[in-house]
Amino acid sequence: MDPKIQTKQLSFHYGKNCAVKNVTIDIREHQITALIGPSGCGKSTFLRTLNRMNDIIPEARIEGEVLLDKQNIYERSVDVVELRKRVGMVFQQPNPFPKSIFENVAFGPKMLGLGHKLNLDEVVEKSLHAAALWGEVKDNLHKSGLALSGGQQQRLCIARVLAVEPEVILMDEPCSALDPASTLKIEELMQDLTKNYTIVIVTHNMLQAARVSEWTGFFLLGEMIEYGKTVDIFSRPRDRRTEDYISGRFG
Amino acid sequence: MPKMSAKSTQKLAKVFIWGSGFITVLILFLIIGYVLVRGLPQLSLSFLFTAPQGGLSGEGGISTAIVSTIYIVLLTIAILIIPGIGAAIYLAEYAKDDWLTRIIRYGVDTLAGVPSIVFGLFGFVIFVTALHFSFSILSGALTLVCLLLPTLIRTSEEAIKAVPRSHREAALALGATRWQSIWHVVLPAALPGIVTGIILCIGRILGETACLYVTMGGSSAMPTSLLSGGRTLALHLFYLATDTNAMSKAMTTAAVLIVVILVINTIINWISHRFQARVLRGA
Amino acid sequence: MPRTSFERHLHELRDEVLVLGSMVEKAIYRSMEALKNRDLDLAKKVISDDSEIDRMRFDIEEKCIKLIVTQQPVASDLRIIVAVLNIIIDLERIGDHAEGIAKIAVMIGNEPPLKPLIDLPRMAQKTADMLRRSLDAFVNRDADAARQISKEDDEIDALYDQVFRELLIFMAEDSKTITRATRLIWAGHNLERSADRVTNICERVVFVVTGKMEEIGVSKY
Repeated sequence: MDPKIQTKQLSFHYGKNCAVKNVTIDIREHQITALIGPSGCGKSTFLRTLNRMNDIIPEARIEGEVLLDKQNIYERSVDVVELRKRVGMVFQQPNPFPKSIFENVAFGPKMLGLGHKLNLDEVVEKSLHAAALWGEVKDNLHKSGLALSGGQQQRLCIARVLAVEPEVILMDEPCSALDPASTLKIEELMQDLTKNYTIVIVTHNMLQAARVSEWTGFFLLGEMIEYGKTVDIFSRPRDRRTEDYISGRFG
Repeated sequence: MPKMSAKSTQKLAKVFIWGSGFITVLILFLIIGYVLVRGLPQLSLSFLFTAPQGGLSGEGGISTAIVSTIYIVLLTIAILIIPGIGAAIYLAEYAKDDWLTRIIRYGVDTLAGVPSIVFGLFGFVIFVTALHFSFSILSGALTLVCLLLPTLIRTSEEAIKAVPRSHREAALALGATRWQSIWHVVLPAALPGIVTGIILCIGRILGETACLYVTMGGSSAMPTSLLSGGRTLALHLFYLATDTNAMSKAMTTAAVLIVVILVINTIINWISHRFQARVLRGA
Repeated sequence: MPRTSFERHLHELRDEVLVLGSMVEKAIYRSMEALKNRDLDLAKKVISDDSEIDRMRFDIEEKCIKLIVTQQPVASDLRIIVAVLNIIIDLERIGDHAEGIAKIAVMIGNEPPLKPLIDLPRMAQKTADMLRRSLDAFVNRDADAARQISKEDDEIDALYDQVFRELLIFMAEDSKTITRATRLIWAGHNLERSADRVTNICERVVFVVTGKMEEIGVSKY
């Protein structure tokens, strides 16, 4: 079975900095792939190349390829808007819009011009269900999204992404701003979501990576040092640097 | 003098700061209070609704001045909004950080500090004379637009920049285009700040004299079209105080003006708080 | 260096395994000594000391559980702790086998010896030596040494064969020797099982180093 996303010798530069060096990996469909590594090692930057969010950085330059279903997303003919519908993103700080819960979730479909074709009420309800938030907000859909707790806001952001029916969901340290209970809820949600989506998560919490993912990649200074099945990476890593990092012996 | 301990310095500073604040507020209250006390007793409905009759004793009321003021405020704001907010969006969202942008910013900042009489003379030469609009509400409004554009651009740009970057990112990540993210997310979030900026401009228009003195003319007749001349409340106050000896009427006009400005400022505060509350706590 | 207290705990753990190992080694030597020299007091000492071995095994297990809970070890730290948990089981069993030999010595008591014991002490010597070296390999993370030691199990098996055949001949010639011979065979069996346990320990050492469980050589018995 072909991997959902493949990167081939992907490098990313902005200005004189080279943030990602020559990364080649496969992201498998309907599984969770975790990217770990110390702060500033390029894993978030790498994640953003997968939905071209790095395009907005001035002086950004890409080398190599990123293939989504075997098609290079950096080709000129690719519609970035369409790409971002297929590859959604959840950020580290929950960032719901200063609008109502309903408006937040309906935002994506509306922007893509699907407001007329779809029954937005259904879409919103379905997405909030899928994000395990419906029960908590169904009587208050017109309350501001910012009135929710941190964990709820993050699930709202997930619902917002699900509303455009993506194929891949990228998560950039989604739980680092949340308390442990909310974190566990979201980890469980991630496991459920793999039934229908492919998930790539960047996390600095290694045990979280060990808990949720099937595949793990270790980044250091922009390079992918080691990539493999999570159980192998965490019980018998092959590279000394991986071993040192995950057992906490990084100086 | 012996070196003071930290505690005494603290006390001294506190006295000094409290004193300054107190004096400032006192002066403010004295001025406003004086005008209101002297001016409000003569305020009557007929005063508001009768036209000024002119003459040495300043007969009549201020109805035409009220109407002229309303016209000029509306016209100025109507012309001001799109260029002002548009330029703000450009500077905040699209402009690259290069020499051209820096020149534009420098120009905007400098113009914001130019005295209004300079704009008045500019308006006189261009709008009144060269374009043959002559002394009119139109000339006044166009001159005011030039005066206020830098201010509106600055306050709107601040309001737009205050919208957290994460909102834009979230919108883009959902597949919105750049313009969609600005129109549907950034502008609505920046709206309270922009509205505050507009209302500040209204406040300035109400207070303007120098600029309008040389562009609106001094007609006390009811304006019939955009090309009619007229006088705003502030100008009428000026004329009353200088050309006539109807000081009491001048005070009353001043009182009306102050009341209007106080009301507007209250509205600004109310809007700001209400929008902040809505954004932070949820309606 | 980060995780100094964890490092310290791991070192302590290793040291305790070595202590347990030396207790077991001593038990093997002493039990064979008791059997050879009819030293019933020594035999009784070995039997009572076995409870020390059991207790220590549970102590080490408890420490391992604590380390897992508090340090959430991964990678080679995890493998070391998992290996220790398994090694102490093997050590405790070897201790039980040594106790078994001591019990046989008590049972034989002062009966006339069948023959001077040569091969059995040799087996004991070899087994104890293999045990010591396997624990060295554990400390030094020497997978090659571990594999080598594993292969030496064949020598033990060969010695056991010899003992078995010899005692079989005795029993065939004179039925009055059957009880004593059987007991001696049983002592040999205990040693042979102990050597197998040592191979298990060697497999664990390889696991710590490579991350894979390999089966090294299959015992004849």
